[in-house]
Amino acid sequence: MIHWLTDPLQNAFMVRALVAAAFIGLACSVVGVFVVLRNLSFIGDGLAHASFAGIVIAFLLKINLYVGGLVVAVVVALGIGSISKRSELSLDTAIGVLFTATFALGVLLMSRARDYESDLQDFLFGNILGVDRLDIALVVALAALVLAVVVALYKELLFSSFDPVMAQASGLPTDFLYYLLLVLIAVTIIVSLQAAGIVLVAALLVTPAATAYQLTTRFRSMMVVSAVVGVGSAIVGLYASYYLNAASGATIVLAATACFFLAMLFSPRRRSVLSAVLASRRAAARAR
Amino acid sequence: MTADDTPSASPTQTADADASHDHTHVSPQRVVAPADHSHAVAPAAPHLHPHEGHVRAAIAPERAQGAPPVVDFEGVCAGYFGRDVLEEVSFAVQRGDFVGIIGPNGSGKSTLLKTIAGIHPIQCGGAEVLGVDPSVVDRRRIGYVPQTESVNWAFPVTVADVVLMGRYGKLGLFRRPSAADRDAVERALVEVGMADRRDSLIGQLSGGQQQRTFVARALVQEPDLMLLDEPIAGVDAASQHAIFTLLEQRNRAGTTIIASTHDLSCVATWFGKVLCLNHHVVAYGPPDEVLTSATLAATFGSHPLLIGDAGLPA
Repeated sequence: MIHWLTDPLQNAFMVRALVAAAFIGLACSVVGVFVVLRNLSFIGDGLAHASFAGIVIAFLLKINLYVGGLVVAVVVALGIGSISKRSELSLDTAIGVLFTATFALGVLLMSRARDYESDLQDFLFGNILGVDRLDIALVVALAALVLAVVVALYKELLFSSFDPVMAQASGLPTDFLYYLLLVLIAVTIIVSLQAAGIVLVAALLVTPAATAYQLTTRFRSMMVVSAVVGVGSAIVGLYASYYLNAASGATIVLAATACFFLAMLFSPRRRSVLSAVLASRRAAARAR
Repeated sequence: MTADDTPSASPTQTADADASHDHTHVSPQRVVAPADHSHAVAPAAPHLHPHEGHVRAAIAPERAQGAPPVVDFEGVCAGYFGRDVLEEVSFAVQRGDFVGIIGPNGSGKSTLLKTIAGIHPIQCGGAEVLGVDPSVVDRRRIGYVPQTESVNWAFPVTVADVVLMGRYGKLGLFRRPSAADRDAVERALVEVGMADRRDSLIGQLSGGQQQRTFVARALVQEPDLMLLDEPIAGVDAASQHAIFTLLEQRNRAGTTIIASTHDLSCVATWFGKVLCLNHHVVAYGPPDEVLTSATLAATFGSHPLLIGDAGLPA
């Protein structure tokens, strides 16, 4: 049994992957609590796709691919926020327009650059077994930064997520907090691309938090349970990937999904995420 | 300051037979404000309580010589995406006033309260709230109770969590709530009669309990000006009475209060002044002067049933 756990750790790449996956799982699951409670799930998917253009541009310019993805993801996050604030379009529509446009730009650039290599494809599905020392340093630093911001502005983020109107009326800088949250999501997604890739990264953000939502009744405990599920499924998924010889992004996401369905079965109050999301959507529609 | 402001009697205890005060038969005597509302009818004669904070005490002498109004709007327009909801709105609210804003749905009541709170921009005209432009007003001095529709009911927070949020603005960035903040929350929960529900999730409450929770959230802010958007919409009669009794106590302690409502039956009973709004100010003044069938018809269009039911003077 012990061998079963320690054998993979004989490989340096596996240790690096475990460290990276754990930090990615932590950052994603903490930020994901705000994503789920504020109905921003679609934004994770959108920003991940949008970052593809930045990655391709960085590839063509031969600079760090993450830097390219990060710049574009942050710009698109701020653009989505500003469009949804200034026009009658809903946030979902703003994301739908911007992320497809940016992804299309990435596809266009990639198709022009005929000599693209396979590592560009790693960004689509993730390849955490390929992380090197520099990647780990970047992942740990950015994940720590994201967590530090969430801890420092915990009560402000909580209040402005619960009721932005009331928070603004109390004197909180809700616009700043909103854009800050979007930037946090963008940074978290770029950090996590290594683990799950553009196509699957939204699951790392949403699934642990959605699992925790069903098991807890307090905001703080939701965040703790989400972190446990996020880190746990990253580690379990990575081991599964090792023994099944399967893509690590997929196994991590499926491990988290298994937690989600177990939580649905054992949810104390048997509230389904679906009904909660529908209820808050209805509330949002009434507010508009 | 709050300790003294907190009345010993729980508002729920006052919810007696009068709690369900007749919505259908507001007698003419009710329309004339009763004697104990005199502070609101005659704002020039202020109630000064010895336990009021130093801020109010310092302002009091000026007030006799015509202190600046708490809210002063002059030809204000505001709207959404190019549509004007407020057109040339002018009115003034004095310190210690208890003002009701009435008008049909979509008449601009919520927008007016948001412009006063400084969270909705003004397109034209001049406005001052607490002596400054609403966009730069110290919002911690304003207790705003929004319509409950803007709240995320699926959020995993308890009644006590929500009330504690009222202290966040005063706490400032990075600081955590102290024991004093939690004490203030407890006092406010007792005051609104929600102490026994402090650990209930916000989404599990009735409409009246939710509204009391948000009133408590505004109370812990210890505001100089309270703005309430439809505080009794979807609220049972006992909670309505409890909320208004509480607001009246706060008003007597010196807090200026502005509340919107579309329930005409409560207007003459509780408010010292009434502002009839239908995108512009139709009428503004004491209820017995303002609540005539002519102004109500101008405010609501033609609502003969509503006016007849309220038993208001022709």
